[in-house]
Amino acid sequence: MPQEYLHHLGAVLPALLRGAWIAVYVVVAAELIGVSFGLIIALLRLSKSRWMNIPALIYVDLIRGTPMLVQILFLYFGLPSLISAISGRPWSIDPILAGILALGFNSAAYVSEVFRTAIGSLDKGQTEAARALGLNRLQTFRFVVLPQAFRWAIPPLGNEFITLLKDTSLLSVIGVAEILKEGQLYAARTYAIFPTYIGIAIVYIVLTLTIANVLRYVERKLKVPT
Amino acid sequence: MSIGRFLTAIVAVASLSFLAGCSEETPTAGTTAKKIVVGTEPTFPPFESKDEAGNFVGFDIDMVKAIAAKQGLEVEFKDLPFDSLIPALQSGQIDMIASGLSITDERKKAVDYSDPYIDAGLSIAVKKSDSVIKTSADLKGKSAAVQQGSTGAKKAEELQKAGTLKEVRQFPTVPLAMMELAKGSVDVVINDRPVSEAFVAAQPGEIKLLDEVIDADSYGLAVRKGNTELLTKINAGLSTIKADGSLKGIKDKYFKPAITQPTK
Repeated sequence: MPQEYLHHLGAVLPALLRGAWIAVYVVVAAELIGVSFGLIIALLRLSKSRWMNIPALIYVDLIRGTPMLVQILFLYFGLPSLISAISGRPWSIDPILAGILALGFNSAAYVSEVFRTAIGSLDKGQTEAARALGLNRLQTFRFVVLPQAFRWAIPPLGNEFITLLKDTSLLSVIGVAEILKEGQLYAARTYAIFPTYIGIAIVYIVLTLTIANVLRYVERKLKVPT
Repeated sequence: MSIGRFLTAIVAVASLSFLAGCSEETPTAGTTAKKIVVGTEPTFPPFESKDEAGNFVGFDIDMVKAIAAKQGLEVEFKDLPFDSLIPALQSGQIDMIASGLSITDERKKAVDYSDPYIDAGLSIAVKKSDSVIKTSADLKGKSAAVQQGSTGAKKAEELQKAGTLKEVRQFPTVPLAMMELAKGSVDVVINDRPVSEAFVAAQPGEIKLLDEVIDADSYGLAVRKGNTELLTKINAGLSTIKADGSLKGIKDKYFKPAITQPTK
């Protein structure tokens, strides 16, 4: 029995690594959306204009208030059938693209909270000093506020990245051949279920530990305040 | 210079990353030209699975390729959950379903079927050590595991409603339902016979099948309601490969002789 398990662990690995590549590709693309869009949302939230901060608040509440699995299913199955019904022409979205968008726009809501608190936690004196020195608002933000806020934001952003990497497993329901799906496909053709799920767990652990260590290194290099 | 300009820059970055995501994809399942997108749930060997290289393989896959070759169609397979296949067909994300889909009157309301291509029917799988359940008459008070959206699931739900089965647990794939049985969490798995037979053959010692076939039925390919153009081509291709013996060849490739016979 143990030999058979080891055999399957070895045999499932190439498929899982192929899935890991897809998962990393998806999570990097999604996090690019998450960080850039999340920063926009954070700035809108911090704006004094209601026309800016209320829509941003609604966005964050909607995304945080619904499960990611539901958002994925909505984007991949719900939206295309809605668009098809309205336009009268079949319309579909690629599963990987749908996955990137779902994860990215979900992550943006959480990332926006990270940036909002990081920016908010900066001492007011920083901004006042910068303005007193003659920097305009954008320069103040670009050269004084953002670099400091970003440093504060790195640990929670790393956390978010690891969470998002594990959340790629949800994309198995829309047929994205990520780690879990590759494992399920292997289990279906070999009927070896237990060793497959062990293999899946190992691949996730290796990926998340790698990212965690890279983050620790980055935090040390940037002297992130703790 | 203003905050607005800064935001514009960020939007540009965001759109670039969006486009980067787009470029590698095939965004639409076009119904134009001669290419058809075929939906399937590939954890259902020997009808459909994926090989080590990630290619779709199995009886349904070979058959659809053979039909397409006869009719000059190009085929792209798409991996979808079984219970999402019919919604995906209706919303136009796929043009056809080839996924061990039993022909039922209820599904006929939602899709148009091709001519039947293989006889299936449900059978009951139990643990090898089980000496109590011998026929479907022994299911009173038992629990079952099934695949979501399958005819086996529908049968199990009917039996539960009638007060026969005590509990029905639904799983996205057949192997998971079989696992539930193997570890003793349920008493039976109700599923399409050829697939259960393949599972038992590959995993001897834990599970056995009862001889009885309940609700004999046939598999068909399904197209969107009213898509007679595609249906005509599929049926013509199907009768060609039936007549020239290539369908028989595909059956012999995937099934032991015993299963090639109708299971009725």
